[in-house]
Amino acid sequence: MERNQSHRQVANMRKALFDQRYLDEQFVQLEELQDDVNPNFVEEIVTLFYRDSTRLILNIEQALEKSSLDFSKLDTYMHQLKGKTTSIGAIRVKNECTQFADYCNAGNGEGCKRTFQQLKKEYSTLKKKLETYFQFARQIGPVETACRSSY
Amino acid sequence: MEGSFSSPRTDSFPAGLRVLVVDDDLAWLRILEKMLKKCSYEVTTCCLAREALDLLRERKDGFDIVISDVNMPDMDGFKLLEHVGLEMDLPVIMMSVDGETSRVMRGVQHGACDYLLKPIRMKELRNIWQHVFRKRIHEVRDIEGQECMEEFQMMRHGSELSDEWHSFSGGELNSGKKRKDVENKYDDKDFGDPSSAKKARVVWTVDLHQKFVRAVNQIGFDICRNLSGFQLFSYHLLEGDDFHLCLAEVGPKKILDLMSVPWLTRENVASHLQKYRLYLSRLPKDNDLKAAFGVVKQLDLSSQDSHGSLGLQNSLNTQQTDAASGIYGISGNKPITQNANPKFCEGDLKGIVSVPLIESKKATIHDIPDPPKASSSRTGPNHTFGPLEPDVKYGRFDSPVRKQYSWCDVPQIQFKQEHKVNLQIENGFNHLPSVSSRPFTREREKPGYMDIKPPYTKCSNQQIRQAIPIGSGANSFHVQSENPVTSFQAAEPTLSATTWSMKNHGLSQIFINNMEAAQRNLVLGSNSGFASMDGDLLACLLQGDRCPTNVELLNKESLNHNSQDLFAETPAYVYDAQRFDYEYPLETMEYPVIDQGLFIV
Repeated sequence: MERNQSHRQVANMRKALFDQRYLDEQFVQLEELQDDVNPNFVEEIVTLFYRDSTRLILNIEQALEKSSLDFSKLDTYMHQLKGKTTSIGAIRVKNECTQFADYCNAGNGEGCKRTFQQLKKEYSTLKKKLETYFQFARQIGPVETACRSSY
Repeated sequence: MEGSFSSPRTDSFPAGLRVLVVDDDLAWLRILEKMLKKCSYEVTTCCLAREALDLLRERKDGFDIVISDVNMPDMDGFKLLEHVGLEMDLPVIMMSVDGETSRVMRGVQHGACDYLLKPIRMKELRNIWQHVFRKRIHEVRDIEGQECMEEFQMMRHGSELSDEWHSFSGGELNSGKKRKDVENKYDDKDFGDPSSAKKARVVWTVDLHQKFVRAVNQIGFDICRNLSGFQLFSYHLLEGDDFHLCLAEVGPKKILDLMSVPWLTRENVASHLQKYRLYLSRLPKDNDLKAAFGVVKQLDLSSQDSHGSLGLQNSLNTQQTDAASGIYGISGNKPITQNANPKFCEGDLKGIVSVPLIESKKATIHDIPDPPKASSSRTGPNHTFGPLEPDVKYGRFDSPVRKQYSWCDVPQIQFKQEHKVNLQIENGFNHLPSVSSRPFTREREKPGYMDIKPPYTKCSNQQIRQAIPIGSGANSFHVQSENPVTSFQAAEPTLSATTWSMKNHGLSQIFINNMEAAQRNLVLGSNSGFASMDGDLLACLLQGDRCPTNVELLNKESLNHNSQDLFAETPAYVYDAQRFDYEYPLETMEYPVIDQGLFIV
């Protein structure tokens, strides 16, 4: 019973992540890739994502602090970050990236900075949610991702 | 797995397909690896483009297909793409989060066989084997086609070039019978397993490629010599960008015979020729470099002093930076006028046009400014050829430049007239994009320069080869003053205009492949000396527009005559060789000829 409850809990958490558009189809793909050979595949990828993008976020931050903004560089950074967000399906973060890129193209420094703040928020929110999710998921043992299609 | 393509695969195709994935994004690298493994493919991952290239080179025939991201920190994905296509001739799939049409188009232009958008689904990866299969099939067909063409060419040799060309391009190969035979031959092969259709790859080392180039040039030169100036000129006009002047004339069999490499088969040559042509044809048509043909004008060195003022101009690189151009400045060694050497008309030189090898808009030849480094380059193949980076420099060659090939001018070239050529170098060169090659008016005057020997001159004049030190720094480019080439600096990409001026001169021009020129440029940029351009050029050439290795890379490379590096950049098949032999002065010369000839419309 308790086990079922835990399972359900995890399933709900997962569903919420999708419903609230924190994650998209890509996450499901990752889940599908998870198997006996790589039982923690999804978590591995998420970990890689956050590790890989930390430096990038920092670079962008520093670049935004400059008195005169190098939009082309910022755009490059953002492009990279966007690519990374697609690896786990972090759709909200990705949307912020797109928004940021638009501001870059328009040469709107303020817009960039604002968007970046938003981006960081989404980025860390997702991180926390996923950490919690994985924690729960590990507790209940190997989980078959249920209701993949209906998220 | 190393060895020939026919490495044993217990599974049936496409299972066991050997994929190399290159992406700086570690998460994606892992995802793709997992996906590909699920497709029963054999996966190797790499997060650095350089590493990937090294790996590919190390394990020739060790991979069937490459998947690479477009944006990578150490090297532009497109450059990698070009390298791979030229050197290894493997199908390459590009990936990016950016699906903008222009980018995708660029990918295709550079030779990508597919362009995937991230996020990538596994089902998209399942079918990548089709690209491998398709390539195999086309390879076979190309070879067949080549043979047919060769027959055709031989039959039509001597006739109006234009006619010939048009007939040829019209696809009216009257060697139907031969084609049939060829087809039969291939039919016998077991095509059930596409992998077996591929034969063991010939490793086109620098040396081998140089021989190849030389042979092609020789043939092309002969052909051009036989054509009247007008013929060539009009041909050029007609054909515009595509320089296939000698294409029809240059057949694999002939090349093979000239090369006299016993173990090499006509098929090998044919497919190499094909690749080369493809490479050239892929050179970007936008304002970036187009296959810049380095036309080396070979002055008939019949004059006593053997240095024919050969204006080799490799206006390969469109070095946008003046610096680059500066380097090439004519070293003023020998005034063209000396001993009745024909002066190269700049216009002519323009023809040489730099090879657009690199479509790099970045064309910043950083290294050029350090000529001193170049000197060392000449000595050895180690010149850091400015690896394909130079391509970048070449940057802006647009098609018009291509036209420049002095092929057109060829008609004018009367090889025998050594003295009549007036090189108005100044004018011509100015427009030429940075010329990578340097015309050598003399035969080996500079060590490290490839001597350009006019192949045809009856005299012992040496053919002036574009001794474009590929890696060597700008120095090498000192084109002897006679060489108008040097003035290419800052030449506009469109050389076309000037080339025609050549017609007035009876200069025997040897058109150096743009590639070579480009390579030279590369080299120049990298300050490498003469670096055996051959290798580099080859590399560059081979790479075609792929060549371009990053400019940055080039720059770095140039400084160290690390031919290895250079080679790395240069796509050329010669990668293996990595050494340029000065003994192959013809390389440069030959290149242009070949290129021109090879360019298939």
